Amino acid sequence: MGELIEIRWHGRGGQGVVTAGEILAEAAMEEGKYFQAFPDYGPERMGAPIRAYTRISDSPIEIHSQITSPDIVIVVDPTLIGLVNVAEGIKEGGVILLNTPASPQEMRQKLGLAGKGVKVFTIDASEIAMKHLGRNIPNTPMLGALIKATNLVSLESVIRLTEERLGAKLREEAVKANIAALKEAYEKVQEG
Amino acid sequence: MAKQIVKALDGAAAVAEAMRQIDPDVVAAYPITPQTAIVQTFSQFVADGLVGTEFIPVESEHAAMSACVGAAAAGGRVMTATAANGLALMWEVVYIAASMRLPIVMSVVNRALSAPLNIHCDHSDSMGARDSGWIQIFSENPQEAYDNTIQAIRIAEHPDVLLPVMSMQDGFITGHGVERVEVLEDQAVKDFIGEYTPKYSLLDIDNPKTFGAWAFYDYYFEFKRQQTEALSKVPKVVEEVGQEYGKLTGRYYGLFDPFEMDDAEIAIVVLSSAAGTARTVVRKLRKEGVKIGLLKPRLYRPFPGKEIVELLKDVKVVGVMDRSIAFGSIEGCGPLYLDICASFFTYGNGKAPKVVDYIFGLGGRDILPEQIEGMVRELIHIAETGEVKQVVGYLGLR
Repeated sequence: MGELIEIRWHGRGGQGVVTAGEILAEAAMEEGKYFQAFPDYGPERMGAPIRAYTRISDSPIEIHSQITSPDIVIVVDPTLIGLVNVAEGIKEGGVILLNTPASPQEMRQKLGLAGKGVKVFTIDASEIAMKHLGRNIPNTPMLGALIKATNLVSLESVIRLTEERLGAKLREEAVKANIAALKEAYEKVQEG
Repeated sequence: MAKQIVKALDGAAAVAEAMRQIDPDVVAAYPITPQTAIVQTFSQFVADGLVGTEFIPVESEHAAMSACVGAAAAGGRVMTATAANGLALMWEVVYIAASMRLPIVMSVVNRALSAPLNIHCDHSDSMGARDSGWIQIFSENPQEAYDNTIQAIRIAEHPDVLLPVMSMQDGFITGHGVERVEVLEDQAVKDFIGEYTPKYSLLDIDNPKTFGAWAFYDYYFEFKRQQTEALSKVPKVVEEVGQEYGKLTGRYYGLFDPFEMDDAEIAIVVLSSAAGTARTVVRKLRKEGVKIGLLKPRLYRPFPGKEIVELLKDVKVVGVMDRSIAFGSIEGCGPLYLDICASFFTYGNGKAPKVVDYIFGLGGRDILPEQIEGMVRELIHIAETGEVKQVVGYLGLR
């Protein structure tokens, strides 16, 4: 991957997609990098398909367009697969990370990525979220899986920033449960 | 240089942070997307006791600017923020603020005007106010939005100026885009802006003055002539404040931001966030040997036409990119194109490059590097042949 890493997130309103993108950007900031995190705002409402974008670079980022050929695609909501072309424009050598119980091999076939130089990772983040949080808010496990899959930023800084960010809104047990979900996804993400 | 703290802020939060540090006497504002994030964040600062500001939640933007006018005439340091239809609703009082010479600073998060209803970025809102007598400054990213908010206070309150300032940034693109922002310490901002001592105040009952006077054909004309005179003092002040701010922060600001213009044969002129995207295209094409440069105007009103002509006079073709349409103007062009053309007619000594206009990004339509490259190919063709097929083109139009 080049110096500028471009990431596209697919999810639905209410899943914490924008927050996850911002936590990733803040982790990059702590490591002295430049970043952008911005959502693709439509009429926002709970459950509507949304896209969000993150850019990370070692040098200042000047471009202010949306991301059309991402290095990394993260699909936070599995019900979007088949509904939205989540693999659209992904770069050769890129990474796609999906929240799904399916195997990476199955998803590679399903997304038409067979034989293409794209790394496919899967993690059942919804199941992990249900187990730890009792609710299907898979953004924190997806962050954990992303760190393992891409090594973009350190796990420690993402954990600390997640604690800070969620700590401002949630009770301590809920923050702890999010961190447990993040760590479990970090361990369990599969590549194929 | 002063110590600075790196933060992850979107453009709206960056402006709210600057406002917290400025700690104005009065803020009167009404929320409107995508500016809401500024007023919401700032009102939280007020509620938390982090500022001494009297926050006036009003029933409309017309009332917001009216309250600002009253507070500024009383001698307060006054700020507000708006966007799009909110600015349109302020209209009457926007003109009054400028002609009463009240140094109000207003953050405008650029958004398209209705109809159709749209919440996304274009410049039709602030461009509509370009003849209102306000100083207008455009920002490329959250860092510039922060820096320009602080500098705007100094520019507005300068004794040679005493005019209100609109400080713009692009709605959503930078307004809701989180980026790396270097923030000064509170005391450094306070020292930079200093105390505001109004020359005249409604509340100075020992020296009563008339504000918002009645003037017919006897003196109205002279008031207007004085406004023009005050605006003519602005560029020098903007440059001085930009230099002083640069010494403090390492980020120097002028009237505009030229890039690779020294030997350029082709120039792109564009405001705000799209200038960043255009700069990436210029970097790429320079590596391919294309003699191309970029001029990003920062100060738009008053328009520094003479200086811009000086910078562009040796290029063969200028491609202006306008994020709004000056409806009914020649060929349906945009306002920036009109200003560039008028500047060459006035200051060009009878010489001018070919100047063409491209309307882009209306209602938030994304502008991609490939589209700007396509525009440059057309500009190269004009440079080679001298032939202009169309004066106004459209980038990204379906």
